[in-house]
Amino acid sequence: MADILKSEQSASSVEHIEAEKGADQPFLDATELILNMGPQHPSTHGVLRVILKLDGEKVLNTECVIGYLHRGVEKIAENRTYAMFNPYVDRMDYVAAVSNGLGYCEAVEKLLNMEAPPRAQWVRTILTELNRIASHQLWLGTHALDIGAITPLFYTFRDREEILKIFERYCGARLTTHAFRIGGCQYETYDGFEQDVKKFCDFVTPKVDEYETLLTTNRIWLERTKGVGVLKAQDCIDLGVTGPVLRASGVKWDLRKAQPYAAYKNFEFDIPTGQNGDTYDRYIVRIAEMRQALRIIRQAVDSIPEGPIMGKVPKVIKPPVGEIYHSIEAPKGELGYFIVSDGSTQPYRVRVRPPSFVNLQALSKMVDGALVADVVAVIGTLDIVLGEVDR
Amino acid sequence: MVARLRGRFGSGIDPKSYLGQNYIIADPSIVHELLQMLRDGERFDYCVDVTAVHYPQRKDQEFDIVWILYSFEHNQRVRVKAMIKDGDPVPSVVGLWSTANWLERECYDMFGIRFEGHPDLRRILLPDGWQGYPLRKEYGITQQDSEWVKLNLGIESGQ
Repeated sequence: MADILKSEQSASSVEHIEAEKGADQPFLDATELILNMGPQHPSTHGVLRVILKLDGEKVLNTECVIGYLHRGVEKIAENRTYAMFNPYVDRMDYVAAVSNGLGYCEAVEKLLNMEAPPRAQWVRTILTELNRIASHQLWLGTHALDIGAITPLFYTFRDREEILKIFERYCGARLTTHAFRIGGCQYETYDGFEQDVKKFCDFVTPKVDEYETLLTTNRIWLERTKGVGVLKAQDCIDLGVTGPVLRASGVKWDLRKAQPYAAYKNFEFDIPTGQNGDTYDRYIVRIAEMRQALRIIRQAVDSIPEGPIMGKVPKVIKPPVGEIYHSIEAPKGELGYFIVSDGSTQPYRVRVRPPSFVNLQALSKMVDGALVADVVAVIGTLDIVLGEVDR
Repeated sequence: MVARLRGRFGSGIDPKSYLGQNYIIADPSIVHELLQMLRDGERFDYCVDVTAVHYPQRKDQEFDIVWILYSFEHNQRVRVKAMIKDGDPVPSVVGLWSTANWLERECYDMFGIRFEGHPDLRRILLPDGWQGYPLRKEYGITQQDSEWVKLNLGIESGQ
């Protein structure tokens, strides 16, 4: 594949198969064709470029070219104070900004050897789970659109709007929220926050069923997703794939249960899993995860403890010399922060372990021998955000 | 586990703990063997991350290479750290965990660390012809390969 990159063929200069090549050539020439998909392609969800080596419609090999959205987030971190870097993490996985913020704040708190007060933990859990639903809704809408179902996009975006409204009322921003601070949350919940969240839960529960009526037994959907992009549990572990993709392959592993953070240990919820590890199972797992998220939110919103929302944090954050790795279950998988402190006000090194980047690596394996149309389905089912892949 | 590793590697490893997280500082010469043993013997079957930290002031040990491992069976994490000299190769672990492929490529891209035995060690996030390794400490935050920018983008500066 390396020579493909060097030759830099664009889609327009694709080597065309010519039938009249010569008498000794078979009519159906087996000449391999190299097709360039992206970086400007609607189904790559951003600026992902995939070079496909094709035999007819069959994919022989793939090569991902990434980095078009590289902003050097890790370098920026070394030149900002701990608090100043906080808004930057929202720009990585911008459809689940709240999760990014939670992971970063908890990692720094761990480095400071402190914990956010219970009230903050509860509010964090509620907002993160709301964000998980929003992320899955956006995934469902765009993934279905890629495969050819237009309607779910309108449904999911309509319902996601309600979550964004809650975010907006809580902290003033809809997407890159910067909702959490090191040590807790900046803002107390507004009057009527609990009612709004409960109202949203009641509103969206039948809507999730509605998404399912559109797709779960839809024959076209089944044809396009069943048995497509199969990833076995062992391959998932070998490739470091996490999140719904891992769970759809039958591994019952979720960081919220395995190594609980925030307030998750106080709530009851299940870890949905699949068996076949195909695109359909990943869809089922994510739908089930939305329902579990609603279950967590319902329990959390009824039991928000009283007390301060912000812990006692020094004005100047100077963690002692040391290093820490902390990870959370983001909507896309394990999101980890490895932070090295040299005792100054700026982190010495921040390493982000992005779930999308690692999951995208599985693409080659998943589309091996599949059809071109399946590549689109598999990119969608991996649920990648290029802002996080490239950072 | 520490006793078993000690029995095998003796003074080559230095197990430590900070804020409840375990890590092992290992000698670069035995690190591949140690990682293999952690995978096969101790069931650390999931390689979470491979990354590096640059310490330019440390003579002959400019880089920390960090492997973060997780075991599904024991629900435990461990970090393995090796200090290497700038320019020295590090054994690749792609043979142990396929996930290390892109992670090592990113490490090479950002720090210029050579992973020996990596099947395809190329830049991953930056363009192929780029000069310099951005996450090294001497690389400025606004610094860029102006030659590359001029040649490929036809502008004076990318900023």
